[in-house]
Amino acid sequence: MTPLVAIRDVRKRFGSFEALKGVSLDVTAGQVLCLIGASGSGKTTLLRCVNQLAEIDSGGIWLDGELLGLRADNGRLHRLSEAQIAKQRLKTGMVFQRFNLFAHMTALQNITEGPVQVQRRRPAEVTEEAMDLLRRVGLADKAASYPSELSGGQQQRVAIARALAMRPKLMLFDEPTSALDPELVGEVLAVMRELASTGMTMMVVTHELGFAREVADRVVYMDAGAIVEAGTPTEVLETPREPRTQAFLSAVIRR
Amino acid sequence: MSTHPTLAPGFPDLANLPAARRMHWGRWLAAAAIVAALALLGRAFAAGQIEWPYVARFLTVPVILDGIRNTVIMAVLAMALGIVLGVAIAVMRLSPNPVLKSVAAGYTWLFRGTPLILQLLLWFNLALVFPILGIPGLWSGRAVDIMTPFLSALLGLGINQGAYTSEVMRAGILSVDTGQYEAAQTIGMGRLLALRRIILPQAMRVVLPPLGNEFIGMVKATSLASVIQYPEVLHNAENIYYANSRVIELLIVAGLWYLLVVSILTPLQMLLERRFARGTTRIGK
Repeated sequence: MTPLVAIRDVRKRFGSFEALKGVSLDVTAGQVLCLIGASGSGKTTLLRCVNQLAEIDSGGIWLDGELLGLRADNGRLHRLSEAQIAKQRLKTGMVFQRFNLFAHMTALQNITEGPVQVQRRRPAEVTEEAMDLLRRVGLADKAASYPSELSGGQQQRVAIARALAMRPKLMLFDEPTSALDPELVGEVLAVMRELASTGMTMMVVTHELGFAREVADRVVYMDAGAIVEAGTPTEVLETPREPRTQAFLSAVIRR
Repeated sequence: MSTHPTLAPGFPDLANLPAARRMHWGRWLAAAAIVAALALLGRAFAAGQIEWPYVARFLTVPVILDGIRNTVIMAVLAMALGIVLGVAIAVMRLSPNPVLKSVAAGYTWLFRGTPLILQLLLWFNLALVFPILGIPGLWSGRAVDIMTPFLSALLGLGINQGAYTSEVMRAGILSVDTGQYEAAQTIGMGRLLALRRIILPQAMRVVLPPLGNEFIGMVKATSLASVIQYPEVLHNAENIYYANSRVIELLIVAGLWYLLVVSILTPLQMLLERRFARGTTRIGK
């Protein structure tokens, strides 16, 4: 079976800092993959490359069989136009650490904006679907609320609904609970757990090892811009083989 | 049983003391000084060589009313042109395209770097450079007929305003968190759609106070168009005092009209600001 996401030898540098030093990774459809590692290890950068918010320097990323950001033509690589990249992005949904809800729109408008303005779907049908999504994340009564009137956990759940409204094939989560007060983490993880149970393919950058252990099909530990260890949650989190993974895990658990 | 600890001896029980009224001596003194100064100023103007009945009589003569109407029309149209150009230039300035970027920077440099009155005179005298204006093969006309005082003033004021407005707009766009643009990208928006739907509406909140400032500046800047014969209120007031020599009286008439127009603009701006404050926290309301 061809993987939904195929990442091959991806390199990315910011100035003199090498954020990704040749990363290769497959994600099969329906899989939940958790990326763990210290900050600066490159896991967020990898996620942003999959969504083309960051441009890779070399290597290639294929999503659903399609090369991202580039087109091979007459033996040469051409960069895709902005419009073509925007179209490729429709296959992925992104959830940010800082939520990034549109501050001037209500929860409902945040969710309907993309389907109506970008996908040009019928507003009535989109609104109905958006209300279903709000119900699904437990916020049907907050449809008319602005982001500033919602708690962090509520904002993040709206953000997940906003991403799902585009009907993506792959959901990317960039530390979705890191900016939340501890008592609000659970409600967001519950929504993600439910989403995983529906068979959505997910790449999750997280520090929530409990979530990774329970929900992930595969856990990848990154350090210094490279994948150190990858495997089932039990393999990576319970019986890590690499000394660096062991050191990271014991530091996190002792905290 | 009281939960309050009993007071140690030597500490008075503050709860039973009445609050004393504070005397703001400084405020009384300042107010008295200002009232005295205003009284002296008022007496000076009353005794000065100003025929106040003339002010009252000329305040509403048709020529002055025409003038203030032309002033308001020009201010609104030139500001509209300025905002359209300003948004376009700001967006060009922030575009990744180096050609658009330098065109925008050049525009701001040129029109902000020369005096407005000089630009008005150049537009008005365009016929000296290009006697015939037009699009080759399609249409043409004599520049003296095309560059009327109205069009010269509109272009001069509007294009100059565009240079200033572009900087206000750029500041507004930059004030919006980059996460908003990234979120717009992740739902498949291109640069222009994201600007129109996500960035500019949020920039408006930041941009409105300085834009109100610019508009008030524009109302007054239209008076410069008097030098190119545009019949706005100052120009018409001048025409009257050339005939009757009531210079100060007519200048006061024009001044009162400017004050009135600007006074109406301020509450309008507040209404607009409230409209664009949607979704912001209610702190400070």
